[in-house]
Amino acid sequence: MAAYLARRLLLALITIWAISVVTFVIIQLPPGDFVDAYIANLSASGSMVSAQEAQALRQLYGLDQPIWVQYLKWAGRVVQGDFGMSMEWGRPVTEVLGDRLWLTVLISLLAILVTWGLALPIGIYSAVRQYSIADYLFTLVGFIGIAVPSFLLALIIMYFGFTLFDANIGGLFSKEFELAPWSWAKVRDMLGHLPIPVLILALAGTAQLIRVMRANLLDELRKPYVVTARARGLPERRVILKYPVRAALNPFASTIGYLFPFVVSGSIVISLVMSLPTVGPLLLRALVAQDMFLAGTIILLLGVLTVLGTLISDLLLMWIDPRVRSGIQG
Amino acid sequence: MNAPAAPLSEVASSAGEERLAVASQLQLTWWRFRKHRVAVVSGIVVILFYLVAILADFLAVTDPHATDARRSYIPPQAIHWFDADGSFRPHVYALVGKRDPRTFKLTYAPDPNQRRYLELFGRGYAYSFLGLFETDRHLLGVRDGRPEDGLFLLGTDQLGRDVWSRLMWGTRTSLFIGLVGVGLSLFLGVLLGGVSGLYGGVVDTVIQRLIEILRSVPTIPLWMGLAAALPATWSVTQVYFAITLIISLIGWTELARVVRGRFLSLREEDFVVAAELAGASQMRIIFRHMVPSFLSHIIAAISLALPAMIISETTLSFLGLGLRPPAISWGVLLQDAQNIQSLGIAPWLLIPAIPVITVILAFNFLGDGLRDAADPYG
Repeated sequence: MAAYLARRLLLALITIWAISVVTFVIIQLPPGDFVDAYIANLSASGSMVSAQEAQALRQLYGLDQPIWVQYLKWAGRVVQGDFGMSMEWGRPVTEVLGDRLWLTVLISLLAILVTWGLALPIGIYSAVRQYSIADYLFTLVGFIGIAVPSFLLALIIMYFGFTLFDANIGGLFSKEFELAPWSWAKVRDMLGHLPIPVLILALAGTAQLIRVMRANLLDELRKPYVVTARARGLPERRVILKYPVRAALNPFASTIGYLFPFVVSGSIVISLVMSLPTVGPLLLRALVAQDMFLAGTIILLLGVLTVLGTLISDLLLMWIDPRVRSGIQG
Repeated sequence: MNAPAAPLSEVASSAGEERLAVASQLQLTWWRFRKHRVAVVSGIVVILFYLVAILADFLAVTDPHATDARRSYIPPQAIHWFDADGSFRPHVYALVGKRDPRTFKLTYAPDPNQRRYLELFGRGYAYSFLGLFETDRHLLGVRDGRPEDGLFLLGTDQLGRDVWSRLMWGTRTSLFIGLVGVGLSLFLGVLLGGVSGLYGGVVDTVIQRLIEILRSVPTIPLWMGLAAALPATWSVTQVYFAITLIISLIGWTELARVVRGRFLSLREEDFVVAAELAGASQMRIIFRHMVPSFLSHIIAAISLALPAMIISETTLSFLGLGLRPPAISWGVLLQDAQNIQSLGIAPWLLIPAIPVITVILAFNFLGDGLRDAADPYG
């Protein structure tokens, strides 16, 4: 168990390192270094930067040194929580991000909870009542959930909300709360806006998990021990929930790790379509404006949070699956 | 009467069994696949879509790039099949533009007195048919007139470009970007998955960890970052290949997983060991014995990877970070329908969503059928 834990932690660390390298590459990708961009930005707004000042900036960020020194300097500052300045906003990146990162995490976590809450019972039902009308119905909904890209689903739902109910479904807050500081009234207002984006985000993942759960449980239900349990007179509910469902849960739980990055990805796109105040719209804007520290920070933080989420779900898996706990390869 | 029939049917069934016994893996897969009705229908739908992609120029009515400010936001036209005297002469009504006196918005209304008759193989803009010869014949045209003046089956966009013609071109781009992307993914997946499964040990561990790392990173922000870094000066073709490369660099992991799993399980099979003992070379064992027995699995994995590629391209282009105009793809088309304001004015701009959903559904059903069929003994 300790070995498994150590292996997981090590892999998470390597992943975070790999993400940081990719982020650094993305920050470096636009032509010219970012001091050029910064100067161009400043002179566009009217103020001039002297050659000395530019040189001083270059030295601060180590732009005159080899690339790996630049990476180490950047990584060193990031570890201390200094993500650099946002060129476009003229403020530190952390200030620009504000609550947006936490709203992204909140929406993603809620979507995952909804995904499990829906996929588990529906998957069990579909397997136990295989080929019933409800099973076909869920299969159909599942296929639609897989086939309709989340941004299209959001667009279509917003369009119908607009034409049928004359309601603008976008956003997370009503107008009067958009800029207001946090209060109970604002939280209540947000809770009212949350269900539609969370459901849209959850649908695609739910569809996949239902199929996994249904297939796993069908395999288990055909095994002789189920017949034995039934023959010994166990109540049907107990026959199914006590053994086959628990066995079917294991492969189900191992797909949870992939659910996390999937949902975070989806939240970016949905936020853009529904103009939710998460990091999604900010990331797109930063990328278009080549505000690379802001864009890089968002990519880095999303990556790190996803890795942590995956790590936590792996620990959960260890907790429910004794085979992983004792180090036996399933 | 029944007695002599029994040996006959026995002969027949043993002939059937013999047919089964000598059939190749692909043949068995095909026989099994044919029984899966939904998958067969989906396969036909997919083939039709690729026909549209190949014949995009021929099916388009007007030049999809030609803009005309006077034709902005024309709603889709209805085709009327029968003329006033009841004869079969398909036509559309000509459009008369009127300016709203209050909003100054130009609105178009069909005029039932002016009819434009449709004809097959009418003349339109000139193009090169499959790169073979120059022609100006299209599937549909307007008799005694130019289609530019009055044939907009799915309406026009803000710049007055015909949505139908653009949809044909978008189908071509989006479907082929899927093919090229899967081609690249397949190359990476088979290479790395094969090496991983064949050699095992340290190589296997490294590649497996690499896959785990790639799968634990949220893809869309990463794609956005990479795609945004493409220089704005690049040509449409360069961007096209760069986007394909970016998508497939992350998309190969699932294919690699399938290939590795197959190699691992086949390595221990009797026929592989027998081939080894008979002195067959490694290359011969892989390509003559192992690959044919999991080819159907790869085909199934490809048909499930294709829709994922198409969704990726559509999403990126929709966000404005993938293909950029003047390139036309489903994502670029849907970008016009991005906000609720433009959808309020021109809801028909959402029409490209229908082929996107249809082809992804078809690929998924097809892939499911193929996956079931890939285990003909199961």
